[in-house]
Amino acid sequence: MTSMTYVRYEVVRNFRVWQFVFFALAWPIIVFFTVTSANRHATFDGIGFPLYFMAGMAAMGTISGVVSRGSLIAAERSIGWTRQMRITPLRAGAYFGAKVLCGYLMALLTVGAMCLAGAMMGVRLSAGHWLAFAGLLLVGLVPFAVLGILLGHLLKPEALLPAVAGTTTLLALLGGAYGFLVATSGPVFEVIRALPSYWLVQAGKTALGHGGWPAEGWIVIAAWTAVLVPLTVLAYRRDTSRV
Amino acid sequence: MAADTTSGGGITLAGLSKSYGAVRAVRSIDLTIAAGETVALLGPNGAGKSTTIDMMLGLTRPDSGRISLFGMPPAEAVAAGVVGGMLQTGSLIPHLSVRELITMVASLYPRPLPVDEVLQLTGTAEFAGRPTGKLSGGQAQRVRFAVALVANSDLLLLDEPTSALDVEGRREFWASMRAVAAQGKTVVFATHYLEEADSYADRIVLIAQGRIVADGSPARIKARVGGRTIRATLPGADLARLAALPGVASADRRGDTVIISSAAPEAALRALLDQYHAARDVEVRGSGLEEAFLALTTDDGDAALPVQEVR
Repeated sequence: MTSMTYVRYEVVRNFRVWQFVFFALAWPIIVFFTVTSANRHATFDGIGFPLYFMAGMAAMGTISGVVSRGSLIAAERSIGWTRQMRITPLRAGAYFGAKVLCGYLMALLTVGAMCLAGAMMGVRLSAGHWLAFAGLLLVGLVPFAVLGILLGHLLKPEALLPAVAGTTTLLALLGGAYGFLVATSGPVFEVIRALPSYWLVQAGKTALGHGGWPAEGWIVIAAWTAVLVPLTVLAYRRDTSRV
Repeated sequence: MAADTTSGGGITLAGLSKSYGAVRAVRSIDLTIAAGETVALLGPNGAGKSTTIDMMLGLTRPDSGRISLFGMPPAEAVAAGVVGGMLQTGSLIPHLSVRELITMVASLYPRPLPVDEVLQLTGTAEFAGRPTGKLSGGQAQRVRFAVALVANSDLLLLDEPTSALDVEGRREFWASMRAVAAQGKTVVFATHYLEEADSYADRIVLIAQGRIVADGSPARIKARVGGRTIRATLPGADLARLAALPGVASADRRGDTVIISSAAPEAALRALLDQYHAARDVEVRGSGLEEAFLALTTDDGDAALPVQEVR
């Protein structure tokens, strides 16, 4: 059994932690304006830099928003709250569902704010393109949401903060969220193309080309999800059988 | 929901066992509790009380044995909201007020108590607006009780519920607990305080080393383990003479202090003070439960002689 009241307070808690709000929402916007204002008319990876960087910062902010759910899970495990929840009618699926929903709500806000920031820096897209961009981002976040839950069960809270920050930064960096790619051809580029964060950043570019990601993008996102979900279930089972 | 009308009206633990590696935490516990009873699981630390409660809550899987809560296995009873619990350890999640937290938990149950009623009952109303991260230990403990209570479950399992409370807090806690029990709820609580079990339970189940060693009314249990220890400063006293005093079971010495074990402390004390005017620093204490349990479990060389009261 889950309830809207439960989800509502989950969201309320989230917005009372300024770090969550800052790193998911304020930080990408600050970086976006800082970097874009000097490169407003440049092009990158075949598109205008503001559009590219808008997608990059949206990817960074939303990844941070959903992966950081893991820190809440780790904290709730460590203080024994998870055990307390396990003796209520709240099912495990609903417990995680509320967390993911909250991360996605955060991501929606980030995407909205980034679109607004992009428009202010001259990004012009049709309504359909805006929707395609936002939609692809939200789909591309699925493996990151699962990753958050996985980390939340593998690590202790004190280890989780650096782990979340490190994972988010590394994946965002390699995916090209910061406005450059470490390689644009060769074997390193092949590795990059296998990262979900690359396709998150590409959401901005593909939005211009109507059709969404190429098949490769969908496969990468699906494959990461397919690998992370069973690992997460395993970590959850191991955790609940021990405590 | 109509738990007491189902076939398994009460709670049954049958042949319940659990080991952690070489440690046999619970060894074949059999226990039947009728709906509406308030039962204390009394035993020293490490007796297996928490493990038993965790298994009843479905948090720990027994190695063998069966648990039925109103005719349901624990997981099903938890999912149906007919069991509420307060675990021995655990803190509250921060960034919510006390009232918000209770409201959040209440929303998970099919028929919760009104939040205001729970706040009143648990004495948390006065700080209902305070963030859960800014409570004293005693306040947090009361909120944890409120979290368990708001479930309005037929069975309430409490694992050492007063461990973080001061004397006043304990008194208040048990006052609200009595109000709950009076509503016909079944309450099972673990404690290592004989006084607590004696004052608030209809029935005491004594657990030591993972087994039930006695099961009966508080009066009966107290008679078995409720001996007192009298200490007094009495240099040079003759131990044999002390041991012969009325009501004295045995006498021992540590330096200038004599230690007298007694099942009838009033008589022993009267005789002691009457015959030894030099006795100073007199102190009467309940014997430690550990010693009492040790006595019970080693009586006949075999612990498997549980004293069952005819019920």
